[in-house]
Amino acid sequence: MKKNTAKKILTEPKMNYDLNLLQDMYKKMLLIRRFEEKAGQLYGMGQIGGFCHLYIGQEAVVVGIQSAQIDGDSIVTSYRDHGHMLACDMDPKGVMAELTGRRDGYSKGKGGSMHMFSREKGFFGGHGIVAAQVPIGAGLAFSHKYNGNKNVSITYFGDGAANQGQVYESYNIASLWKLPVVFVIENNKYGMGTSVNRSSAGENLSDRGKAYGIVSEIVDGMDILAVREAAIRAIDYCRAGKGPYILEMKTYRYRGHSMSDPAKYRTRDEVDKIRKTSDPIENIKSLLNKMGVEEKILKDIDTDIKSIIAEAAKFAQDSAEPSENELFTDITIN
Amino acid sequence: MTIEILMPALSPTMEEGTLSKWLVNEGDSISSGDLIAEIETDKATMEVEAVDDGKIGQLLVAEGTEGVKVNTPIALLVDTNELPHTSIKNIAEKPYLEKEEIQIKPINEKSISIEANSSLITVREALRNAMAEEMRTDKNVFVMGEEVAEYQGAYKVTQGLLDEFGDKRVYDTPITEHGFAGIGIGAAFGNLKPIVEFMTFNFAMQAMDQIINSAAKTLYMSGGQMGCPIVFRGPNGAASRVAAQHSQCYASWYSHCPGLKVVSPWSSKDAKGLLKSAIRDPDPVIFLENEVMYGQSFSCPNDDDFTLPIGKANIEKDGNDVTIIAFSIMVGKSLEAAEILKDKNINAEVINLRTLRPLDTDTIIESVKKTNRVVTCEEGFPFSGIGAEISALITEKAFDWLDAPVTRVTGKDVPMPYAANLEKLALPQVDDIVSACAQVCYED
Ligand SMILES: Cc1ncc(C[n+]2csc(CCOP(=O)(O)OP(=O)(O)O)c2C)c(N)n1
Ligand SMILES: [Mg+2]
Repeated sequence: MKKNTAKKILTEPKMNYDLNLLQDMYKKMLLIRRFEEKAGQLYGMGQIGGFCHLYIGQEAVVVGIQSAQIDGDSIVTSYRDHGHMLACDMDPKGVMAELTGRRDGYSKGKGGSMHMFSREKGFFGGHGIVAAQVPIGAGLAFSHKYNGNKNVSITYFGDGAANQGQVYESYNIASLWKLPVVFVIENNKYGMGTSVNRSSAGENLSDRGKAYGIVSEIVDGMDILAVREAAIRAIDYCRAGKGPYILEMKTYRYRGHSMSDPAKYRTRDEVDKIRKTSDPIENIKSLLNKMGVEEKILKDIDTDIKSIIAEAAKFAQDSAEPSENELFTDITIN
Repeated sequence: MTIEILMPALSPTMEEGTLSKWLVNEGDSISSGDLIAEIETDKATMEVEAVDDGKIGQLLVAEGTEGVKVNTPIALLVDTNELPHTSIKNIAEKPYLEKEEIQIKPINEKSISIEANSSLITVREALRNAMAEEMRTDKNVFVMGEEVAEYQGAYKVTQGLLDEFGDKRVYDTPITEHGFAGIGIGAAFGNLKPIVEFMTFNFAMQAMDQIINSAAKTLYMSGGQMGCPIVFRGPNGAASRVAAQHSQCYASWYSHCPGLKVVSPWSSKDAKGLLKSAIRDPDPVIFLENEVMYGQSFSCPNDDDFTLPIGKANIEKDGNDVTIIAFSIMVGKSLEAAEILKDKNINAEVINLRTLRPLDTDTIIESVKKTNRVVTCEEGFPFSGIGAEISALITEKAFDWLDAPVTRVTGKDVPMPYAANLEKLALPQVDDIVSACAQVCYED
């Protein structure tokens, strides 16, 4: 797979962006990062068990896309899902309480980190089987089209997932039936310990839509404004009834695949370099600085977010375990 | 503002560690992501990385200090307005890709007697040795699966195989189970002997069609021409706290199907002897391992030619009062239960099935005739499970010998919950076996 640089054309000069919008995006990205750092700590303290996949480094992807959505759009993703839930405005307390396996979690403690849902917020999971969410996302798009509403389905999956057969079965049907689905490939360069070059033939993952007549773009996923603008193009296209759209986001995960990843498949330098030169949060922070936002305002944002996260962590540790009766509930509806 | 940097925990089970090395000095300015120290536990060496910017004010714990408790302050960070964070990064060998190894209580490792010409090795090592030995003697044996080569296996079962056998014999596949299972089957039709690792059997669901419709049935449909000498192996059953999609026992699924052989080892000896037989077997073999067992040690024969027959169960403990029939991890739990039952004056016989298809009917029936009481144990769901099959078998073949209904100990009939308390309730425990045995002996 050849390395490809993403399109860098922004339709609007950065400095013309609405300050409130930028600040909101900054806040959300920071919320996700602080949440994930806290989740990492709670894992170390034994409060979270099993698998815990952090989203640190990839924040611009979900926040940029979310900024282009409207109410009623549906979202579905993999097990690396905490960021997506926070971007959907799900309550950090409920998400954190699910991570600790408590009754106030979004799945009453039965799902854990990888399996959380909120019908109210249009978040359809949290799926633990690589690529299983892709046809599900196309099916959600089917329901939007069937109901004649203008909503779209945003379907996220990883570079590793992009090789699964069901992705291509979904591409084919989505294109054939003109389903309003944006397929977002979060290409963070690795699926566990395997780099995209070692797992994927051909030049670009996004090219694979061509065979099915699906329009695609490669986007710098570390630049939230590039993400937002690409998302607007993709979502407009889908809403107009023209069929699916593929966005390949070039992004990077800073942390291990899950919590104790020996990380021998990449160098420390590689991680450091990306963190130092293209951190999505630092990027937007320096834009805000350039636009004249005072340091004090940014500090206050940070302080607010830290208290939200501290509260969520406390809530998640204080919430009780699910009652034993819950073992046998929710298996079938009746 | 000054904050304390705390001794981090690598895992839920880590309580203390050695602060082996400071990578910063007092007065150094650090920024988030910088490495500040190395710590060691019995399992691993880790790097501690700062998540905040600031200046190291003071190092509170000297280099080389052992037994530093998790969460004790190890340094002060000054000139910062951040909350304390530290994160850790593993740099040394650690067996599992995703999470801490769960140590279930070994049946007192020290008391394990090592048999003649045997060594104490883990189930993981036994599996690895079995593959390596067969690969040395048969050039047609090769291994493929996700992360099996460069990464050395997600659970380190294939450690070292790439180094020894090279990339013509050991293949990292993309995450495409249906595709690579089918490719393995095609290669087997072409007279090769693939060992296909599923990272866990939960993911083999993606490949179910190829396993059942192609691997299991083609010999029959071809009038005996198209043998399929393939092994599908990987961890099966419950792992710790990974919830419903990653924690299921598929023993009864595969055992249902004619054309497959289904094997499920418990000890290192089982693992080595049965895996070697599976690789040599001319039919498709589903080889169900257990993640929780990988780190456990048992006496295991050194002989490169040691095998155990497929289709033969083993009596792990003799007894007269009740027969406990188990496989995989449940064998250990059954032996523990048998110990406890001694105090109740119940002498239990424990059968380790080893193979689920073909089932060793003779050993089961013989034992029933001796004890007249049976308890079956499995992690899987009760409905249409292995226990149900055994119960039917005994009803058909030894009904008159029974003094009590065959009783099943199984996982609960629910998807595996994540919450710690519910997960414990969902899984069959030693106590459940003890009470089921007491019940069939009318002793409760
Ligand atoms: C069908 C299936 N096979 C294997 C796994 C184990 N597994 C979990 S995540 C993962 C890597 C996925 O990589 P990618 O799609 O790039 O997503 P990322 O983790 O980078 O977000 C693998 C192999 C799984 N969960 N499901
Ligand atoms: Mg990836």
